[in-house]
Amino acid sequence: MTELRYLAPDTLDEAVGAFAKAGSAARILAGGTDLLVQMRSGVLKPGVIVDIKKIPELTAIEQTADGGFRIGAAVSGMALAEHRNFGKVWPGVLEAVNLIGSKQVQGRASAGGNLCNGSPAGDSVPAMVAAGAIVTVQGPDGRREMKVEDVPAGPGRTNLKPGEILVSFTLPQRPPGSSDAYLRMIPRTEMDIAVVGCGVSLTVKDGIVTSARVGLGAVAPTVLLVEDAAKALIGSKLDDAALAKAASACSAACRPIDDKRGTIAYRIKVAGVLLKRTAAIAAQRATGK
Amino acid sequence: MNLVTNNKWIGQRTIRPDGMDKVTGRAQFAADTTMPGMIWGKVLRSPHPHARIRSIDTSKAEKLPGVKAVVTSKDIVDFPIEKGAVMLGIQDMRWMCRNVMARDKALFPGHPIAAVAATTEAIAEEACKLIEVDYEVLPWSIEIDDALKLDAPILHEFNKFDGKPSNIVGRLEHKKGDIAEGFKKADIVIERTFTTRPVHQGYIEPHACLISVAPDGKTTIWSSSQGQFMVRAMTAYLTGIPQSDIRAIPAEIGGGFGGKTIVYLEPLATLLAKKSGRPVKMVMTREEVMRATGPTSGSKSTVKIGATKDGKIVAAHGTFYLQAGAFPGSPIRGAAGCSFTPYDIPNLLSEGYDVCSNRSKVAAYRAPGAPIGAYAVECVLDEVAEALKMDPLDFRLKNAAKEGTKAAHGPVFPRIGYVETVEAAKASPHYAAPLGDGNGKLRGRGVASGFWFNAGGESSAQVNITEDGNVVVTTGHPDIGGSRAGIANICAELLGIDYRRVSVIIGDTQTVGFSNLTGGSRVLFASSMVVTQSTEKIIQTLRERAAKIWEIDPEAVKWENGAAHPASPNAGQFEPLTLEELAEKAPAMGGPIGAGVQLNTQGADGGFGTHVCDVEVDVDLGIARVIRYTAVQDVGRAIHPGYVEGQLQGGVAQGIGWALNEEYIYTKEGKVDNPGFLDYRMPVCSDLPMIDCIMVEIPNPKHPQGVKGVGEVPLVPVMAAVANAIYNALGKRFYALPMSPPKVLEKLEAPMQEAAE
Ligand SMILES: Cc1cc2nc3c(=O)[nH]c(=O)nc-3n(C[C@H](O)[C@H](O)[C@H](O)COP(=O)(O)OP(=O)(O)OC[C@H]3O[C@@H](n4cnc5c(N)ncnc54)[C@H](O)[C@@H]3O)c2cc1C
Repeated sequence: MTELRYLAPDTLDEAVGAFAKAGSAARILAGGTDLLVQMRSGVLKPGVIVDIKKIPELTAIEQTADGGFRIGAAVSGMALAEHRNFGKVWPGVLEAVNLIGSKQVQGRASAGGNLCNGSPAGDSVPAMVAAGAIVTVQGPDGRREMKVEDVPAGPGRTNLKPGEILVSFTLPQRPPGSSDAYLRMIPRTEMDIAVVGCGVSLTVKDGIVTSARVGLGAVAPTVLLVEDAAKALIGSKLDDAALAKAASACSAACRPIDDKRGTIAYRIKVAGVLLKRTAAIAAQRATGK
Repeated sequence: MNLVTNNKWIGQRTIRPDGMDKVTGRAQFAADTTMPGMIWGKVLRSPHPHARIRSIDTSKAEKLPGVKAVVTSKDIVDFPIEKGAVMLGIQDMRWMCRNVMARDKALFPGHPIAAVAATTEAIAEEACKLIEVDYEVLPWSIEIDDALKLDAPILHEFNKFDGKPSNIVGRLEHKKGDIAEGFKKADIVIERTFTTRPVHQGYIEPHACLISVAPDGKTTIWSSSQGQFMVRAMTAYLTGIPQSDIRAIPAEIGGGFGGKTIVYLEPLATLLAKKSGRPVKMVMTREEVMRATGPTSGSKSTVKIGATKDGKIVAAHGTFYLQAGAFPGSPIRGAAGCSFTPYDIPNLLSEGYDVCSNRSKVAAYRAPGAPIGAYAVECVLDEVAEALKMDPLDFRLKNAAKEGTKAAHGPVFPRIGYVETVEAAKASPHYAAPLGDGNGKLRGRGVASGFWFNAGGESSAQVNITEDGNVVVTTGHPDIGGSRAGIANICAELLGIDYRRVSVIIGDTQTVGFSNLTGGSRVLFASSMVVTQSTEKIIQTLRERAAKIWEIDPEAVKWENGAAHPASPNAGQFEPLTLEELAEKAPAMGGPIGAGVQLNTQGADGGFGTHVCDVEVDVDLGIARVIRYTAVQDVGRAIHPGYVEGQLQGGVAQGIGWALNEEYIYTKEGKVDNPGFLDYRMPVCSDLPMIDCIMVEIPNPKHPQGVKGVGEVPLVPVMAAVANAIYNALGKRFYALPMSPPKVLEKLEAPMQEAAE
């Protein structure tokens, strides 16, 4: 029977060292709400577990000098919800993170785990993509930055290199008239996995959308940044024609599969419906109307 | 409507005796038990839907360090097919012995092939992988239509239907009048075919047991079930250990809904414990529960109903095909027997077909079969009422079964409460309320009714007065719906004492008399009969004791408010003697006070319910949600109204899941693709509105407190009520469950086609 070693280093350097040294047998533990489930079901049998929750940088939420935010990769959903300012600036990212699981799950689950788990249906990922988040990763060769949409490589896989740990998400400063939103389609009302998830972030000036980003989840092997949908929104007043064009762009971007959670036709249709609804919420938040 | 007015405890929402233990986590469920020297059992299961087992080689597994015992079908007592049925309740031991461990053939993915006991769970799992099984993989079928094809692979070659080998393993029919003549009189005839998917009972607690077999053969079983006596009897049959040597101790149970009326692990753990000499614990994973324990049947039903212009049903024909899974025994009796029973139909033919296919053997699920049949019948009734331009409740009233109506399955009804449930639904605030604006979503309302037989049967109880003058009641039925609280109310009422002085416990097989399963909505009906008779005997003893002390005739003593009193001034002037005082004097006055009664109870009346459901449909996403629900039921007499409402609400919640999202999904390889609660979607709290209950009380005259079973009826009408509401919202009818978002959206996007049908 294989032994399991559990490490909980206090510094990132120690964690990277231990993680790199243990090689493919090692797994990072943030909240464990994916990892422990996978271990119990027998999908994964790691030899070493490196818990990153004792590392201050990974559990910190900072407001940067320019008004942006840096969120540690292991910050739990509950901790993010309790931050006095974050939800005012990024309500869409926060609602996406807080949709994960239940109250109990929220006490553990992190956006970092959600991203690194590599599920195309992870709820916080489309919102982070829409937000234009940049991630910092650290590995045996030092630190680097990546766009959040470049992290997932396919179901259950990421583009992190061996020994690399996700350190934090950085969200940019927001001009006035900006906001975001996230909606997902699930058959139930909670405790479910997104059949389609949609994040929209936009800035509105004098009734015209001046910038927009759209993230789409669960419709392709990875979460998608849908640039054509953003283009359809930018310069518009979010009139029906612009929304219809953006919705078609979302439907066109889908490369879904038929599975037990939804059919191809269903997912394609729903992607468009969610785009319209999410954009409306984001715009309403941005303009206060 | 409440005919019971002057009771102190009956009809009160007393504090449930198991409540504190359950909310604090102290309650002992089967998986909570441990013993010194305990080892772990695991099951090797078939990966194939259908395969002949050529050989099993367990030698490598046996040699793995830590492995203490391995068992295969060779260790299980065989009940040869040709020797005929050996029934235990509704289960035939010929099928049970093959279900707990595959014999010549594996019949579904998850079918046990062998079991291992080892010092750790991990070693036991490892050892399972070392067992070599030589399978001859066979073609398989799962869906009813596939299993009925002419060239379908036959699961049980010995079985013949119409003289040919067939997967139809049983048929029953109920008949009244002549349907051909009846349909001739009809002005309108509607015939539809419906399908439903298999759904699981969804109990939160997986099957678990801990079993010790002493060197002298004395066996102790701790397990969670709906009947410790069923566990004892089945284990005895399948292991050959006499019942007198098996003590089955019922653990607190985390849900059963019918699914724990049979055994899976107990015979295996017993044999592993016997072979190894160590106590063996087995706990199923959720995946094992979903793959290998009984869901209920998937179905295909065709229902034809004819009515005259003035709204009278003149003929009806129902054909219900139900999946039995690997072995015969689907609940066709419930489907064919209950579905038309709320109605007085002169010409009726109701047929049930039991169909085997390569999925796990079905187990009972709340009113087994009845919700499947009612779904089809109540949806067709909705269409007939619509065609006749009648209010669907008025249509039901016009055709309602009443006292004196002869049901097709046999009985002539005594005073029944069906009409009252429809009237109460009609008069409910819900039925009168406007649907309201859905803010872009479409709303609709539907109704449906349902019936379940209910049951009596064997029950035993012992009631003892403690030395300090309190009461301990022991019954033999696992409490899955509040029976302990109901019994405490009844016993306290009869004795005239505070209900908190009555402690109700569930005895094990060697300490209380035989009591049949917790099932069929029978437990409070049956156990309150034996508890009432026991308590009445005790009251008689108490009167005799007081009479002796007062030196008067026992007939001159009455029992009131927890004490003996002179029956009238003529009897003499005496200070009352309380239960405490009589208990204290017991040693000197004739000894301990207690009484036990054992009965095969009779007189269970059937139960009827009528439901009203409002839905709201998001037409862009295809999501239907129930936004208001009222369940009306004739409950006989609500001994503990809180628990009765709990039964109604629980049944409705399960029915909404069945209607909207729950289903077994299979892979192309014939395996269950959603064996967990993420993709097998039962409703969560936020999916449901508060479910309103209207309890109609038409007391059962054959029962001392008027009790009727209440636990199963509330699941029967639900899927039809939801389907009828969705039709009312969308103007499109669904003929298949579940009405999940992709299916609803597909229908909404399809061109109009129903009109032509
Ligand atoms: C009951 C329940 C409900 C759920 N509901 C939802 C839901 O609604 N929506 C949803 O999206 N998800 C849901 N999930 C899945 C899970 O909760 C989320 O994906 C969560 O965000 C994972 O975060 P975690 O911190 O628990 O990750 P962990 O389980 O700790 O880690 C997940 C994976 O990422 C790796 N990892 C974690 N952190 C890092 C890091 N910093 N660097 C490198 N690798 C890392 C781990 O090794 C592991 O492979 C649910 C899970 C459960 C048990």
